[in-house]
Parts: sequence; structure tokens; C-alpha cells
Amino acid sequence: MKEYKTITQIAGPLVFVSDVSGVGYNEIVEVTLPTGEKRTGQVLETSSTAAVVQIFGPTSGINTTGTKVRFLGETMHLGVTPDMLGRSFDGLGRPRDGKPPLTPEKRLDINGSALNPFQRDTPSDFIQTGISTIDGLNTLVRGQKLPIFTASGLPHSQLAVQIARQAKTISKEKEAFAVVFAAVGITHEESSFFMSEFQKSGALERAVLFLNLADDPSVERIITPRLALTTAEYLAYEKDMHVLVIITDMTNYCEALREIAAAREEVPGRRGYPGYMYTDLSTIYERAGRVKGKKGTVTQLSILSMPGDDITHPIPDLTGYITEGQIVLGRDLHRKNLYPPVDVLPCLSRLMNLGIGKERTREDHRGVADQLYAGYATGRDLRSLAAVVGQEALSETDRQYLAFADAFEQKFIKQGAGEDRSIEQTLDLGWELMAGLPESELKRVKKEHIEKYGRRFRKEEKKEAKKE
Amino acid sequence: MGKLIRISGPVVEADGMAGTVMYEVVKVGKEGLMGEVIKIVQDRAIIQVYEDTAGLVPGEPVEGTGLPLSVELGPGLLPSIYDGIQRPLESIAEKTGSLFLPRGVNVAPLDHSKKWEFKAVKKAGDKVKKGDVLGTVQETDLIAHKILSPHDGTLKTIHSGKFTLDDTVAVIDQAGKSSNVTMVVRQPVRKARESAEKLNPTIPLITGQRVVDMFFPVAKGGTCAIPGPFGSGKTVTQHQFAKWSDTQIVVYIGCGERGNEMTEVLTEFPHLVDPKSGKPLMQRTILFANTSNMPVAAREASIYTGITIAEYYRDMGYDVSLMADSTSRWAEAMREIGGRLEEMPGEEGYPAYLARRLAEFYERAGRVRTLGSDERYGSITVIGAVSPPGGDINEPVSQNTLRVTKVYLALEAALAQRRHFPAFNWLRSYSLYTDSLDPWFSQSISADWPKQRAEAMGLLQKEAELQEIVQLVGPDALPEKEQLVLATTRSLREDFLQQSAFHDIDTYSSMRKQYLMLRNILAFHARATAALDLGVQLKRVLAMPIRNNLGRMKEVAEGHLSTLEGLQGEIDKAFDELSRKQ
Repeated sequence: MKEYKTITQIAGPLVFVSDVSGVGYNEIVEVTLPTGEKRTGQVLETSSTAAVVQIFGPTSGINTTGTKVRFLGETMHLGVTPDMLGRSFDGLGRPRDGKPPLTPEKRLDINGSALNPFQRDTPSDFIQTGISTIDGLNTLVRGQKLPIFTASGLPHSQLAVQIARQAKTISKEKEAFAVVFAAVGITHEESSFFMSEFQKSGALERAVLFLNLADDPSVERIITPRLALTTAEYLAYEKDMHVLVIITDMTNYCEALREIAAAREEVPGRRGYPGYMYTDLSTIYERAGRVKGKKGTVTQLSILSMPGDDITHPIPDLTGYITEGQIVLGRDLHRKNLYPPVDVLPCLSRLMNLGIGKERTREDHRGVADQLYAGYATGRDLRSLAAVVGQEALSETDRQYLAFADAFEQKFIKQGAGEDRSIEQTLDLGWELMAGLPESELKRVKKEHIEKYGRRFRKEEKKEAKKE
Repeated sequence: MGKLIRISGPVVEADGMAGTVMYEVVKVGKEGLMGEVIKIVQDRAIIQVYEDTAGLVPGEPVEGTGLPLSVELGPGLLPSIYDGIQRPLESIAEKTGSLFLPRGVNVAPLDHSKKWEFKAVKKAGDKVKKGDVLGTVQETDLIAHKILSPHDGTLKTIHSGKFTLDDTVAVIDQAGKSSNVTMVVRQPVRKARESAEKLNPTIPLITGQRVVDMFFPVAKGGTCAIPGPFGSGKTVTQHQFAKWSDTQIVVYIGCGERGNEMTEVLTEFPHLVDPKSGKPLMQRTILFANTSNMPVAAREASIYTGITIAEYYRDMGYDVSLMADSTSRWAEAMREIGGRLEEMPGEEGYPAYLARRLAEFYERAGRVRTLGSDERYGSITVIGAVSPPGGDINEPVSQNTLRVTKVYLALEAALAQRRHFPAFNWLRSYSLYTDSLDPWFSQSISADWPKQRAEAMGLLQKEAELQEIVQLVGPDALPEKEQLVLATTRSLREDFLQQSAFHDIDTYSSMRKQYLMLRNILAFHARATAALDLGVQLKRVLAMPIRNNLGRMKEVAEGHLSTLEGLQGEIDKAFDELSRKQ
């Protein structure tokens, strides 16, 4: 093992070590302070004479004279075992629940490798979350990565917990299910909210928790999501479990990335974030999916706050380009006291079509979703028009659209924090709302579906038909 | 042989590399990771590595191969799925048995043990020119792979029969020197393949997507840019083009995109049937899957790998369409590598050569007369998706792309959010091919095609003006005729422009169907305008049940187009009746 006492420079989270030889790129480093305290780090750049080491944790106490640096000759690994279920770890994977350390079954490189695209299997199992705006309009499927775009002050944690509690598939087979939760730089309060909710719903014993809280070293945040995903991949692909990974909050991860890039004096990209942030984020988000020949799946539900409620900010922007859609929470809806405040218009689930339709959800699903979207968008546009010219100046149809948009918000979007709607309930609710629009406006749904599913909600027309 | 001296992400530096040339492929480290020389300083070479560099240690060996980055061309390319540097993902999965992509795997892009049935079309003694077809191999049910002569000369021998890729199928004598011809060629990727002559595009690429074919047609051999924010439907549009374009070969480059979407292509295409031949679409498709989390240098290479293979099929005389999803990720790969080289950045951190690289790439599209004496024509149509940050196209990649591409399909988040798909803004999009393609449309579909398009577009432009007024005073304040324009344009938008990629019939519209649909909408508008002139109330016009038929035109299957043919007559009848009642 090579040990050096040749630190030449310390800047932010970085330590520059000179006169080294044979140091591997991304290798793990153990730093021993003059006090005897040990810290971990990782090689960011190596040459035949010097290495740049990023320290996980504060660099306080490190000096250029008495600090020893040991290169461990391997990249960061995590010991994994099924016994991790029910346990909680810190941001670097050390137990933080006071229980003894585990004997790992296997040690895995936390950076993982890219899945061979050929070995992926199409995600197509519908996950019923019990939330209408998700199930009905932005369906989640197993193996998908669907982030929640939120902003400070919105109830994203409640929503995430509700999804984790209610998520189920309609398959009859008994399946092993696990939650891997990674807290990245969130407050103690938020973290204990998740803990107690998991405890209440009994999910805790099926969960593995990695907690890096707001006062923990920010550089650790680079590691925490990777620990969670390594654990998730192990449980899914080797232990046949369906794993739901919740990472909150990815914005803190990106802040840590920027901090390191700044310390390395790299050429910054947009808003000071490094130019490789897209590639870096993809090595996190792409670790979701379903693979050939394995029962287990990894589904990712990351939470990220949009700084300044701005969806074009680099963090949500780059995320949206990698993930398979997004659930966006809106402040306006939250102000109207609607829970969950899912602003459906900018939401999207790219894998929705794979999980819906005949034999999965219901044959009319696609049409209903498109029609509700189109109707709500029209209604919202008309609101601003009505504000200018007054409702009276609008046509009868336009007024129906206005009423539709209101009903959509109050009945479809709004639901209780404990309300678990089945997909049939959600779709029927959609038909009930569509009954408020004239039939000639329903161009997105197939005619036969109107007869089969929508007719019973269309009261007035039935009466008229009788009169004739 | 050199030695590694520095490692920083995908970029490494080695010394003792005197004699290496720019863009030479090298094997890096003990595992022999593939890399390419991108900068030389005295005897030091800067290398971009196509695989993950974690664990590399200074001092490890670097070995030159003496070859530039090349692809292997020959029978067996179809149908396959490669990564950005043409490593066959299926064979890698079989060979390693791993779910993941391990490093340093060495698998040949083509199967060298398989025997192919080679049918000679030339005979011994024939004089051949470079590019002449020597013989063919039936590669898939759809595609006859043509083996081309590598240079001029006289055929000494040529044999039909079953051969592997490395067997000699012919011997060509050139000025007294004989050379053996096999069915496999290695081709450097960063240089365009030669052709005899570049031609102007005059034939449309038929995509079956109404908004494209009717309003913003792309020519075979043309270039098209599709910029749009995430979620606006870039990928679905690219998939639709790959599925329905009337080209014989499709090259689909997933450049830094999502793994699950590549899987969707992989699982869906084998089940889709080519509307013309009835064979699975996969048989004409080559996929490059370099997902976002795969090494960034290979992402940079994937665009070149893809277009070189496209050129190879073009030279056989095929029409090829190439989809690059997304060129922004390619540009970002350049930026990332440029950043690691500490190059002086241009705009927004992109390298100063971004514009040149983009132009060079799009310039490799085109319709050409190929080499060889038998007058073959082939084309490459390039359709590039662009992912501008925040959806704002005022950024270097979009701007430099739009400077060289001829068709601009402007995707818009606002349209996508109301589920108007394909979400192309009909006022901002343009095609510079309409003039050169109109003769074809007039001849092959209908003489009034250009006129109908102009009329519909005129109405849509009028709508935009009227909308501004409506925002101020409400729709009721408009004269009835203008309200009618709004009703017609709404029908144009909903019944014509909107097209569902997921509806079994609506997903593809033949040119005839597109024409009939538009004709019927415009016919209704003409009759309705006339009726208003006669004093019929707008309310009564809009209440006509025949409008429902217009709304359901999309659902008419290609086999029942007579319904659409007859609809115009029904419209006339309905209006005649209306005026009689009046």
C-alpha cells in the first residue's frame, strides 16, 4: 500500500498530492489527519507525478506537513447483502442506526457500469399509484425513471410517501418489493418525516436508507445516490426484487457537483454548473430499468426542486432530457389548496404507452388521457380570455370548457393524502368529467369507447333521445 | 509503444508516442481500452478513450494500431445494434453473459464465420471501374447487398458461391498487379466516402406524417433539423420517421439518449411491418445505441460511424435515411472533451470548431450519382434532433444547425402540453424544398397540391392574426366570416395537423389520404363561406352533422379511401340542403 505525506495544496474539498506514482484514476484514498482522524477521498485526476484527491467531508484539519495519504488501489466499492433491508446508513454507507456493521455478501463498484442496451427489456408493467393525475395521465411503469419537479414549499415529500405506500401492480403473482431511499442534503426534519411515514406504513423493514443530511459534508452527496442505486441494482438483478428508489433532492447533488468543479477551476458551463453535468446525471438516472432474464426491476422516483420555480434551469432541464418524463408540481394549484398540486400540462410519462391499454389498464386509457389533456388546456386558455372579455362574451361550448377545467381541478387533480383510487375509478372519473362537454368535442376518444364507457355518464343526451 | 502519464476522465495523456498520427486508434492500458489520438505535443499524445477510464494507472502501456477510427463494412450489418464505435451489442451480451457493458471487450462488428451466398454479376475478363457492382449477397429478405469493386482494373477471376467475409471472391488485375477482393471493407469514419456527382434533391421523402409531407416536405437527400425542449416529441417524431419513411435503409443513431427508448425501438421494430414489402422493418434498420451513460468519447464517434455506414449503402444505390437523436448530445461530447483538453472555448463553452463539425456532418447528406459505370443513384437524408437547453433555440447548436439544414421543424412545448402532436409550430417551421418538390407533388398526387397547401397555410396565418383580436375583444366581436375562418383552422389543426403516432390507422397517412383530407376540409370552408354570403347563419353551418365526418377522417383506413373521395360530394349535398331550407 502506498502512503504519502506530500500534500502540496488544499483548496475547498480538493487535496493535491505530489511525488506519487502508480495512482489509479477514481481510486479511493484514505487520509489520516495529524490527530489520527481518518477521512476518505477519491482520485479525480492522476499523472505520473501528482494526484488530485477529492475529500468526502470537510478538509478542516488537513495540513501539508503531518497528514498522511494512502491510496487503496481500488475504486469505491459497497458491501451489499440482503440484510441491508430495514437498516439505515450514512451518506458514505456506514451504519447510522447504532446497529452493528453487516457482513457483506458481495462488494460492488458503486459507479456501476452502463447496462448493455441490448440486455434491457421494455418496461411495460403498469404501477398503480392510486393518484389520478399519475395513473390516468402520466402512467408510471416498472423500470421507469420519473422525477418529481417541485419547488420549495410544495408537498413533494407527502406525494413521494403516498406513492411509495400505495404503489402496486395489478399482477396476481406474489412479488418481493423494496424501497431504497437516498436523502441527499435534506434537512433533519424532512428526513424524519420520511422515516416516520415509512414506519407507519410498515415499509421500513422493506427499505434501505442512505441519509446525507443538510449538515453532513456536501461532497458526500456525490456518493450517496450511487450507493443507493448500487444497492437497488443488487436487490433487483440478483435478489429478484422490485425496487423503488427515491432520491431527494437531486438539486443538492448538482450543487455539490458544481462545488467540486469550481474548486478544480474548471471552465464552467451554464450557470456555473460543469459542462459534463448531463453525462454525470445520466450515470445516475440511467441506472433504472428492467433487464432480460431477471425478475427484479429498478424504478426511480427522484425529487428535485426547481430553483426559482424555473423549469428551464439547468438542473431540471438536463434531468428532463434524461428521464422518461416528469411530474411537475405547481404553486398555483397549491395556493388553491389542491392536493396533490400536480400541474398536469407540463407533466409527461414517456413510457406510458407501454403500460396502458387493453389487458394492462383499459382500452380507452390513451383516448381518455388525451381528451382530458386537450380539454383542460383549452379550459385554461379560456380562463385568461374570460378574464379579459367576460364569460358572457364566450360561446356556450367555451363556457362548458371553463366549467370542465374547474371540475377537472376539483375532482380529478384533487384527492386525499390517503385516497387510493383504482385505475377504473380514475378513468370513470375522466368520463364523468367529459360528460360536461358536447359529444362533438370528444375527438380524441374512439366512438365505440364513448358508447362503452362514456354513455352512462352523459345524462342529458339520454333524456333527449327518449323525448325523440 | 508509449506509457500513460496523466488521466483525467475520458481524456488521457501518454508519452513515448513519437510516430503516432492524428486520429490514430490506440489501445490504452493493460485492458487494451480503445482510444483515439486527438492531439500531439512532441512525443506526447492526448487520447480520448471510448471506454470508462476508472482504475487506469500512469505507467500503463499505450499501443498504436496504425489505423484511423474505422468501421467494418460488409454483409451482416443489417439488422444489427451497435454502440458508438460499432461494437455489436448483441454479440457482446452473448460473449460476456453480462447485463452490463464490461471494458476492453473485443468483438468483431461483423460475423466472420458466417457463409454468405455470393452471386457474381460480372465475369472473368470484364473490365471494371471503381464502384462497379461485382456481385450481390441477399443480406436480408429486403436488401440485396452489393459488393463493389474497390478500384479500376480487369477481373482475373470471380466466383459465385458460399463465402465467408474474408474469403476472396474475385481477383482484379490492375496494371499488372493483382489484388484480392473480399466482401468486407474497412472504412475510416471521419472522411466522407467518394461519389461521382452530387445532385439536387427533387424527390420527396414520404414520411406518412401529414404536417411534414404536406406543409414542410423533406427531400430525399435533404437535411432536416428538429429542435425542441424535452417532452415535445423529438424522439417519437424520429421513431415515426424511422418507421414510415420510404427509404430502403434506415440508420438510427441514439446518441446520448435514454436506454429504455432504445429498447423500445429494439422490441417494437421487429414487430412492425414495412407497408410496402410486408417484411419486418428491422430488416432494413441499423441501430446505434450509445446511451447517455455510456462513454462520452464513443458518443462523439457514433455520428461518424453512423453516417459512414449510411454512405456505404448509398453507394450501392439505395435511399438511406439517417436519424440522429440527438445532435446536441454529440456537441456536448465535443464540449466535454474540448474542456478536458483545456481548449479555448467558443460560445457557451462549446469548442470553436462546432460550426464546422456540424456543417461537415450535414454536408454528408445528399442525393448522388455513385461511382461505377452503371448510373446508380443513392441518397442520404439526415434528420437531426436538437435538444436546446430550456427549449430556447438561441444557442450555438441550434443556430449552427439551422444554418446548414433546409427543413426546420419547430417543436413547441405549449403544443405538446395540450397534446397537439406532432407538436410542430406551423408558423415557425419551414421547408426550403417546397419549390423543388412541387413539380413532383403536382405530377404524382394532384395538380392542385401546391395550391391547397398555400390556401391552408394562408388560413392558419390568418388565424394567428385573428387570435390577437380575439384576445382583446372576444370571439363574438368578429364578423361571422372571420369566425368561420377560426372554425376551419381549428378543424385544420385538430383534424389534419394532429396525428397520433399511437393510433393504429392514424400513425401513417398515404399521400393520397393526406390530399383528400385537406381537400375536404377546404371544400367545406369554401361552401361555408359561400353559404354565409347567401345569408345563412354561422350557427347553422357549424351545427351541420357532416362536420363530424370531417373530424373522423383520420380513422379511415387506407383501404377505404373511397369514403374520403366521396365526402366532398356529401359536403356539397349537405350545403345544397341547407340553402334549400333557408
